[in-house]
Amino acid sequence: MAAISREEVAHLARLSRLAVTEEELATLAGQLDVILQAVAQVGEVTAADIPPTSHSVPLTNVLRDDVVASCLTPEEALSGAPDAAEQRFRVPRILDEDVAS
Amino acid sequence: MTTTLPAYDEVVARYEPVIGLETHVELGTNTKMFCGCPTDFGGAPNTRVCPVCLGLPGSLPVANRAAVEATIRIGLALNCSIAQWCRFARKNYYYPDMPKNYQISQYDEPLCVDGYLDVEVNGEPVRISIERVHMEEDTGKTLHVGGATGRIHGATESLVDYNRAGIPLVEIVTKPIPGAGAMAPEVARAYVTELRDVLRSLGVSDVRMEEGSLRCDVNTSLNLPGEQWGTRTETKNVNSLRSVERAVRSEMIRQASVLAAGGRITQETRHFHEDTGDTTSGRSKETATDYRYFPEPDLVPIAPDPTWVAELKAALPELPRLHRRRLQQEWGLSDLDMQSILNAGAVELIEATIAAGTTPTAARKWWLGELSRRANETGAELADIGATPEQVAELQGLVDAGKLTDKLARTVLEHVVAGEGSPAKIMADRNLEVVSDTGALTAAVDEAIAANPAIADKVRGGKVAAAGALVGAVMKTTRGQADAKTVRELILERLGVQG
Amino acid sequence: MTDLTSFSAAELAGLVARGESSAVEVTQAHLDRISAVDDRVHAFLHVDTEGALDAAREVDSRRAAGEPLGPLAGVPVAVKDVLTTKGIPTTAGSKILADWRPPYDSTIVRRLRAAGTVMLGKTNMDEFAMGSSTEYSAFGPTHNPWDLSRIPGGSGGGSSAALAAYETPLSIGSDTGGSIRQPGAVTGTVGVKPTYGGTSRYGLIAFSSSLDTPGPCARTVLDAALLHEAIGGHDPLDSTSIPAPVPDVVAAARLGASGDLTGVRLGVVREFAGEGAEPGVLAAFRAAVETLTKLGAEVVEVSCPHFQYALPAYYLIAPSECSSNLARFDGVRFGLRVGDDGTRSLEEVMSATREAGFGPEVKRRVMLGTYALSSGYYDAYYGQAQKVRTLISRDFTTAFDQVDALISPTTPFVAFPVGARTADPYQMYLADLFTIPSNLYGGPGISVPCGLADGLPVGLQVMAPTMADDRMYRVAAALESAVGPFTPPAL
Ligand SMILES: [Mg+2]
Ligand SMILES: [Zn+2]
Repeated sequence: MAAISREEVAHLARLSRLAVTEEELATLAGQLDVILQAVAQVGEVTAADIPPTSHSVPLTNVLRDDVVASCLTPEEALSGAPDAAEQRFRVPRILDEDVAS
Repeated sequence: MTTTLPAYDEVVARYEPVIGLETHVELGTNTKMFCGCPTDFGGAPNTRVCPVCLGLPGSLPVANRAAVEATIRIGLALNCSIAQWCRFARKNYYYPDMPKNYQISQYDEPLCVDGYLDVEVNGEPVRISIERVHMEEDTGKTLHVGGATGRIHGATESLVDYNRAGIPLVEIVTKPIPGAGAMAPEVARAYVTELRDVLRSLGVSDVRMEEGSLRCDVNTSLNLPGEQWGTRTETKNVNSLRSVERAVRSEMIRQASVLAAGGRITQETRHFHEDTGDTTSGRSKETATDYRYFPEPDLVPIAPDPTWVAELKAALPELPRLHRRRLQQEWGLSDLDMQSILNAGAVELIEATIAAGTTPTAARKWWLGELSRRANETGAELADIGATPEQVAELQGLVDAGKLTDKLARTVLEHVVAGEGSPAKIMADRNLEVVSDTGALTAAVDEAIAANPAIADKVRGGKVAAAGALVGAVMKTTRGQADAKTVRELILERLGVQG
Repeated sequence: MTDLTSFSAAELAGLVARGESSAVEVTQAHLDRISAVDDRVHAFLHVDTEGALDAAREVDSRRAAGEPLGPLAGVPVAVKDVLTTKGIPTTAGSKILADWRPPYDSTIVRRLRAAGTVMLGKTNMDEFAMGSSTEYSAFGPTHNPWDLSRIPGGSGGGSSAALAAYETPLSIGSDTGGSIRQPGAVTGTVGVKPTYGGTSRYGLIAFSSSLDTPGPCARTVLDAALLHEAIGGHDPLDSTSIPAPVPDVVAAARLGASGDLTGVRLGVVREFAGEGAEPGVLAAFRAAVETLTKLGAEVVEVSCPHFQYALPAYYLIAPSECSSNLARFDGVRFGLRVGDDGTRSLEEVMSATREAGFGPEVKRRVMLGTYALSSGYYDAYYGQAQKVRTLISRDFTTAFDQVDALISPTTPFVAFPVGARTADPYQMYLADLFTIPSNLYGGPGISVPCGLADGLPVGLQVMAPTMADDRMYRVAAALESAVGPFTPPAL
């Protein structure tokens, strides 16, 4: 049985902001299916009581003093921008007012 | 579609509201949450940015100690437990004002949990449970161009300035607040007011709602008595204390009208409009994006040392509610009197006036009397009226020393408010000091008697009340600079009548 | 005079310091070599001829002024194109960054400059360091100097091939699942993944933040140690940087070069010594174990039962982090933008940009990671992988209670022909079978040439406890002294 459907792959592409072609979708679905079946092996490990590891270093409280450091100039900041206007980054019209904070 | 909205009384007679508040506070640190860029307002676009807050490839965040400390202090002030160990998380969603397309926030491991804030609503104590206080970063600012109103709708393009991106934010979330009934809007307002005062007393933020350094999202739902809580909406863009109250009220009415018509409430974000007092639908959350939270691998956990937390706790200032209670006692005020001071926003002004050397009664008299009246007339905040507590104390000192009458003092105050300088200077410049030289005063009295023989006779004949006209004449010649009581006594004495 | 490109970094630094050769001569010799061979090897994406000669002149004038020079002053170095270089193209092997010139330097590059090394340019890599063959570079593959029809390993194939082709004596790589060690093994060079947190990630374009580790590549163990010393150590700009000095890797390399390993206990990872590797690789590895024993090491077998789950855990953790790390490549602040024709919305332009800018392997991993982090799948995939990661770390700690360091072949197979594994992505993943456990644990690993199989290099991997990088340098240097250099056929 396939671990992932073509529809799921299409959904993942949308979530990932990838405008994949139909042809690509078919290839990707097959490849992701093989990979997912392989990585699903982690499920074989009995690990219910094992704490997860998110960081490789045993550090805590790495904090910076609240002291102002130098900024980029606006020219430097905008130097790589595909498009800019009024010293701001220009983007095409936004469809989805996805505000969350 | 026009529907008649039900009256608020009908709404609360039929439904029970549950409210909840999420408040974002911009911390007043020198630098951003994860980089050394300054947080000051008003710079030209993209002048407060670096590789980190621009999200340039390869850049990495380092957390600001002052922001962590401020968050712990807020948590302590809100009676929260401070986590012994917690992590940052990434909240993944695409939006151009967010440079990395994820926000560094906290998710299932907030720094502060399970607290409460006691507020008073119409003199009744209400305890608001706090679910969590956590740290996160602000987004940049998007300018929508080409639309009619600068709004996103209808815009042809947008321009992004990242100066605000990465400013430290603290998010304070209440637990759901059931049982407020008809008072729900007032409870919401009282909570935000008290929270603002607490934050101000901590000195962690300038808490200006109009400028967005304190922002509120209000959750509202309705249910029939005895039934499960209803579907909630989240109202954003609530930018003043008054709006908090209005937003809850209007959303309760709107939901009731939907429910009464047999409809159901959609879980969604709504936007509050200051001008109309209404909310309108924003994004539906039913197809909400999955934020795919996971522990932020670029930042190591925060594990506050208990000694550090204890030190921060010991150094907390007296919180506003206790502070107010102490002042009320010291000033010997009734609950009602204290309430009127609070309503006028005059606590700190009166406190400072007393500190500058005057009595509680006098300080209260000036701030709640003459100055409040002027503030009401001009629509200004009391604190911005133009008179300082020091000036008010100095003015009262002149009254106490007999150099000004109350009436003269009010005149001097007018000139203080107009920015003419200190009361003593104004008094001298404008020659407003009380005429206390008895010789001059006696001459003025004699002159008045001579000019009004008929009235003088009436007084001599026992109609003492008629002396008022003579007092008025004397006050006129002395341009109001005499003490009316003294003048009256002098007139009666000269006319040989017992007062 | 012998060609300057044949010297080690330590020797070149000596020549410059003694004035027997100028930094400009050394630099020019390497630039000439690049001109001569790189059209066939394609190790470089960008050669900074002027910048390199300027830096070399600076070293020469400082020497002339009698200023003290560091131990690598005047020595050329090539930098994997995943590290930002101010004003110099930095692409991460991706079309999406094809024209990007960063406004800032990575910490490693700053330290390289401070050490007086001469940066020759930026080396080819699999796009965003995702791959094991450098075939996933958007700018064409790099070829293995041992056999130009074969891959040089990956993702840092450019850095390792440049060493094997004598285009540079030193290079920088980054290792997320083996991207320094595996190319080192298949090109017959030395590749080191330092302890995670021992080298700064500031300015390293992130693939998987909790695994990415920049590190040194060289033709000799001592050169790698000298470079490690120059770039390593605490960086306040990286929250995961360890606030402790780098272990004395240079002294350890010198000690090891004496060829004496008496008193050193080495563990052969049982799970990596049997099946899974090509016979030629296993034969070379067994011969190396015998050599190590002759040098005085005590070699025992150690079991690390969870290592078999390292690969699946890695292919959940790394894609998850990458799906988030690569979200910023959206055509707003830097890099490529596609389809902004005045009619399309931002969402459409972003999706078109990412579709056009990312290659197939990057897309696969971004989508795989998005899946593994989704609510409903998080616990079974990402969450479970993080628990397996804990168990793998425990296997390491248990093993290091018994031995000083672990050894295994670096890779299961020698350099394969270009195109042999691209059709089946999972077959490519197997190249990192033996290197991934150290990344999940965070400890250091080194690959050192140990022999040949069918005329192609085989690497031996030494893995040490976190912050004990010096141990593996000693072992690697000892082996190097006993088996001698492996020189590729002339190009
Ligand atoms: Mg938030
Ligand atoms: Zn910044």
